[in-house]
Amino acid sequence: MAECHPVAFGWVVEAKRRGATVLHLDPRFTRTSALADHHIPVRVGGDIVLLGALVNHVLSGRHEFREYVSAYTNAADILPEDFTDTEDGAGLFSGYDPGSRRYDNTTWQPTGERDETLEHPRCVFQVLKRHFARYTPELVEAVCGVSRQDFALLADALVAGSGRERTTVWVYAVGWTQHTTGVQHIRTAAILQLLLGNMGRPGGGIMALRGHASIQGSTDIPTLFDLLPGYLPMPRVEDDSLKAYLTRLPDTGFWGLKDAYTVSLLKAWFGDAATAENDYCLDYLPRLSGDHGTYSTVLDMIEGKVSGYFLWGQNPAVGSAGSRLQRLGLAKLDWLVVRDLALIESATFWQDSNEIATGELDPTRCATEVFFLPAAAHVEKEGSFTNTQRMLQWHDKAVDPPGDARSDLWFIYHLGKRIRAKLAGSTDDRDRPLLDLTWTYPEEGEDAEPNAEAVLREVNGYGPGGRLLNGFTELAADGSTSCGAWIYSGCFAGGVNQTARRKPHTEQSWVAPEWGWAWPANRRILYNRASADPQGRPWSEKKAYVWWDEQASQWTGHDVPDFERAKPPGFRPERGASGPAALAGTDPFIMLADGRGHLFVPSGLADGPLPAHYEPAESPVRNSVYGQDDSPVSKLYPDHAITHDQVGGHSAAYPCVVTTYRLTEHHTAGGMSRTLSRLSELQPELFCEISPALAADRGLENGGWATIITARSAIEARVLVTRRVRPLRLSDGSVIHHVGLPYHWGTAGLVRGDTVNDLLPFAVDPNVLIQESKVATCQIVAGRRPRGPALTVLVNEHRRAAGLGDLPGGPERGNG
Amino acid sequence: MGNRLFGPLADVAADAGYTEPPRRMGFFTDTSVCIGCKACEVACKEWNALPEPDAGMMALTGMSYDNTVELGANSWRHVAFIEQERPVPAPAGNGNGHAGAGAGAQRWLMASDVCKHCTHAACLDVCPTGALVRTEFGSVVVQSDVCNGCAYCVSACPFGVIDRREDDGRAWKCTLCYDRLRGGLEPACAKACPTDSIQFGPLDELREAAAVRLADLHASGETGARLYGHDPSDGIGGAGAFFLLLDEPEIYGLPPDPVVTTRDLPAMWRWAGAAAAVMVAGIGMAFAGRSARPGG
Repeated sequence: MAECHPVAFGWVVEAKRRGATVLHLDPRFTRTSALADHHIPVRVGGDIVLLGALVNHVLSGRHEFREYVSAYTNAADILPEDFTDTEDGAGLFSGYDPGSRRYDNTTWQPTGERDETLEHPRCVFQVLKRHFARYTPELVEAVCGVSRQDFALLADALVAGSGRERTTVWVYAVGWTQHTTGVQHIRTAAILQLLLGNMGRPGGGIMALRGHASIQGSTDIPTLFDLLPGYLPMPRVEDDSLKAYLTRLPDTGFWGLKDAYTVSLLKAWFGDAATAENDYCLDYLPRLSGDHGTYSTVLDMIEGKVSGYFLWGQNPAVGSAGSRLQRLGLAKLDWLVVRDLALIESATFWQDSNEIATGELDPTRCATEVFFLPAAAHVEKEGSFTNTQRMLQWHDKAVDPPGDARSDLWFIYHLGKRIRAKLAGSTDDRDRPLLDLTWTYPEEGEDAEPNAEAVLREVNGYGPGGRLLNGFTELAADGSTSCGAWIYSGCFAGGVNQTARRKPHTEQSWVAPEWGWAWPANRRILYNRASADPQGRPWSEKKAYVWWDEQASQWTGHDVPDFERAKPPGFRPERGASGPAALAGTDPFIMLADGRGHLFVPSGLADGPLPAHYEPAESPVRNSVYGQDDSPVSKLYPDHAITHDQVGGHSAAYPCVVTTYRLTEHHTAGGMSRTLSRLSELQPELFCEISPALAADRGLENGGWATIITARSAIEARVLVTRRVRPLRLSDGSVIHHVGLPYHWGTAGLVRGDTVNDLLPFAVDPNVLIQESKVATCQIVAGRRPRGPALTVLVNEHRRAAGLGDLPGGPERGNG
Repeated sequence: MGNRLFGPLADVAADAGYTEPPRRMGFFTDTSVCIGCKACEVACKEWNALPEPDAGMMALTGMSYDNTVELGANSWRHVAFIEQERPVPAPAGNGNGHAGAGAGAQRWLMASDVCKHCTHAACLDVCPTGALVRTEFGSVVVQSDVCNGCAYCVSACPFGVIDRREDDGRAWKCTLCYDRLRGGLEPACAKACPTDSIQFGPLDELREAAAVRLADLHASGETGARLYGHDPSDGIGGAGAFFLLLDEPEIYGLPPDPVVTTRDLPAMWRWAGAAAAVMVAGIGMAFAGRSARPGG
């Protein structure tokens, strides 16, 4: 956190000044560890064992917040008899199909019966207990290399910091997410937080720290292929009507208003053209037919199935896993548009990439036409950021962008205008979606910059007569309202840009509701009904946040209650009720169909209803928890020639663990830092961090050169020998060496170096398709890497030792 | 009036001739909360428009995460990184899981160094052109348009802070952001520091805050914590920019007991005067003796 979020870490330092204990779990001793009270090194890829052992510690020690668990989670749900756990299924849950590497979750569905005593052997609580019983401190020591003393320290701190009077927060970043089991890491933390009553309460929760500004915003109003704004799913090919599409979402809870959210979105996009008769133009939207994530798209590029590509502030030639394949893919396009602040490798790969030296790419034959269009930086345009607390903060323009640089809004708006002008008068049905788009925003200044506030107003939504809506509860399913993202409705409440509010904390309550605006409905803590007990009283004076006011017959408190304001704690729904009315006065998790926190997740996850430990796609050790080594459902793309044997598994040819990360001094793939001398000089060269023991073993010297080899590629880096990287001894006596690599360098910019992501495979989580860039296996040897085709020879020598074939090249030698 | 080159001095600006100067301003750099982000280095260079380095000259030093190395003409803040391994206190052992059990606990010290803005600033004392001046805020500033590049100040600084720029030959160092102070702003480094490791304010208030912080750290078991440069009775009359360190100053590359190099100037002048008198007397005597010598 100190490394990648130094400004946010200022608040951790402040908490520490006030007496908080800060524990840091990380394979490396980083700048965060330097300020933590205690650093616990852990083998990368062992997170579920460690977190699972904490779950076991809570359950076996009866440390759970029993009243909270009983009332607010699905602990009492009884599972069907044909559900089998990984314990009984050799590391697999019931419903697994090895052919498709997929689960059918039919057997995961609760029966509908509940046992409020939590004693029934098939109730979630008991299943959970049995599932995690094998996750012991001894297992943690064996798998993660964490001592029992360190584990006890962590477990005691967690239990002592939870309950009526206290809450604990987990803060994670991509160290948890960039794994083939990434989603289940967060899930395990969520189970802990639910068991300990740390959700929906002040000082609790799970905080996701993102890679850079407004990543929260880019999932809210998404740049993701499978979502529409406000977490509505993207329609699939089989969704042949609005009605069919809506069955993808629950009928009960606040998703019950899904028709209002969806119709209002379509009205915002297609205006008068969207009518009840044409399903509000739902047919205008593209349909999903499978995995259209970035990695499968790149494989499609390599196979010649993609002709054009837009890159907005993204540098996959350096920043995405398997960056050699990314470059080979870009080289197969007809055209490529790169919008960035400076010329990045994704725009210059055709003339400076490694593949030219290896003979895989010939600049004279690469047919990709690259259009580089300079982009405006955030200070050169106005707009909003959405932070990890779901808070929108408006920023004004400080200076005009230089030269031809334009904002993203300008670019997409004017591109749309020009395309629509070209299509004007077309009678072809396929042009209707573009022609029917509501695409008029006020233009300002010489450059005809569209007004960003006008876009935010559209996102907020309008009611009849063009009245700005005050919140999503005003949305209707009859076409009378429009709203660009239902969760953001209210950000322009009262006709005021609520996100631009800057009232100092000294002039308002400690919750500071008048600083910016948080979705939904300016709530600062989600599911905050859980901050009160089932009767609506605060769990404790100290942690009072939202409560039921008997006199006024409504919910009140420091924050906006995340609950129907007048629904009393004693409310019980009628049988067959739908929407919010189907939730009881004691169901705080209002976006879930049953209103309860899910200890056990019956649907929505591709890799199991409970977290289970699997080794990474590449690991020096076998899975000592189950017979199944790595995730049975992770995506490794074996059907593509270029990736069919890209993973080294557990081969001794790659005995070390390689992990990648960022440094404070640089920004992701370097486009915003390697172009600036003041940042470049602070970390001028790619280096690998290794322990003195590994250095001695391989003859590596501090400041010297090392070559790091994986089944994908080999790179060279300067050597930094440091005791901050420790070999971890597992209880079977084996010693695991980590090789740490910051990944900021490439072939362009002021400071250059090899591209670390060349080392990583296309191995992704099956839920969200995030790549496993935190862990792979490697060999490390002294000296610089060979140049030209000899590089491929070196990689192939190791591949053969690992039982793999020669490195597959791009078809037609990567040329267009 | 006492010796103005050494010893405690209540009002350094008044001593320099300012009438009713503002309060003395300074830095308290609390290294116990430094996260080594180097925002101070960058903010300083940006605000003061220091020359941009040549990309061809940038190289990894191999000294932990420190690639700035030292304070210089073009680096007025420098974050030091010191990796230490210390004996582990028995109960909180990091033992079993780690290969080479018995290895110590890791500590990574980070500290942002800067010009000390000494109460007795030797650089200022030795400057022959008057380029180095004491400001009304008590800070020490080089006027680049007056500096003639003689570099006396470079050898006079007991901390090795002030440095000559190779291309223009003149001496440069931290100004405590004199221009920002004149505009009512805090220095750029303190403004950019995300953890308030760099605190800016009236020096007397900073000294009080530092004493409280030191007591807190001692109470929490951080017995190695100490202040550096806070004491008006030290060899430089106390620094305008002082530090809280977690280890010996030498560990951070700071002199353990800095003394203003001009401390002995009066005595030296006295000795020089005496020596000159002796010499004059000797010469006189020689001539006297000569003239008195018979047979000359």
